[in-house]
Amino acid sequence: MKILVVEDSPTMRQLISFALKRLKDADIMEAADGVEGLKKLNADSYNLLITDINMPVMDGLKLISLVRRDVKYRNIPIMVITTEGGAEDRERALALGANAYITKPIQAGNVLEVVKSLLGIP
Amino acid sequence: MTEDKDDKNKPEKLAKTEEAEEIITMVNRGIEFTKELLQENERLRFKVFQTQQENQEIVRQSSSASLAQKLKEELQRLEEEKQKLLDEYNKVENQNLEYANRYVEVEFENNNLANLYVCSYQLHSTLDFHEVLQIIMEIIINLIGAEEFGVLLLDDKIHALRPVAMEGRDLNAVPTIPIGQGPVGKSAENGTNYYAADIDDTQRERSPEEPLVCIPLKIKDQVIGIIVLYKLLPQKTQFANVDYELFTLLAGHAATAIFSSRLYTDAQRKLSTIQGFMELLTH
Repeated sequence: MKILVVEDSPTMRQLISFALKRLKDADIMEAADGVEGLKKLNADSYNLLITDINMPVMDGLKLISLVRRDVKYRNIPIMVITTEGGAEDRERALALGANAYITKPIQAGNVLEVVKSLLGIP
Repeated sequence: MTEDKDDKNKPEKLAKTEEAEEIITMVNRGIEFTKELLQENERLRFKVFQTQQENQEIVRQSSSASLAQKLKEELQRLEEEKQKLLDEYNKVENQNLEYANRYVEVEFENNNLANLYVCSYQLHSTLDFHEVLQIIMEIIINLIGAEEFGVLLLDDKIHALRPVAMEGRDLNAVPTIPIGQGPVGKSAENGTNYYAADIDDTQRERSPEEPLVCIPLKIKDQVIGIIVLYKLLPQKTQFANVDYELFTLLAGHAATAIFSSRLYTDAQRKLSTIQGFMELLTH
């Protein structure tokens, strides 16, 4: 399964990828912002998208709305990992089409659990 | 004559009559005796029947008693076996619980180690001073969950801590803090972490001189700077154990990363200067 991690912080990208490596057959790709993420999504086929909200060039909310407009990714599970802990931010992301919303700081185990649940992995 | 004959036969007849009566009496007695015998026989047969019935009852009772005893023993054995199985089950259940708890602990430690590994890896992934600072800031935001914080480095010339990076606050608004002054200066002087007395109040606005946490950046015992946290993200209401481990890691690894990157930057600058001179001399 292919997972795309869109996050501007290399530390966070590495931490998320590190957590996801525990999934069998997980192929993890990384992008530093929304535009790079969109390019990678168009170039390949992914089973899960993990994105931050605050990013340069294109933020996570814009990325989610664009992804949901694409027929190819209308049903892809989207997980948001962000520092924005407010209820409004969460509601906005979920309304745009995110399936899960996690706030930083994160624990690798917690991320893995949510990913498994989104991908239907027991 | 006839009378005489009769008279002569009279005693004989009488004797015969008596004999007949005697025989009749004996026969009657015999009949009565036989009757009595029959009655006795009947009584005895009834007695035999009763005895047989009683015997059968005794045999039946005795066999059911032994069956009950056997069943009781079997029940006792099964009870003991059940208890043994229950003990075994409880033992296994306790072991399972222990393993589950250990698994949770190992998983928790794994997660913490993953965080520490990534931090350490990232801190030493570059020799660019600004990138190192950026990585320290990222670690503090993303892994500790701080909203307002900064890095101050020791300026040996003025013996004070000068802010070099700030998140959530204006860099210029944070003053230079002399070593030994206030919690920040004292933490740098002693080389020990400082935690505010009201550390659980992670959302309160704090002045630059009275932060929530101070982590001196040390290479061995030499303090080269300090990380100060003022406020945590709203969702981060308290510090976890892994945060304190991250503080320890940052104290050492961030210090060496900053020190190395500064040395490297200085060396590069000197190298460029020397190369410039060489070029001037050769041309």
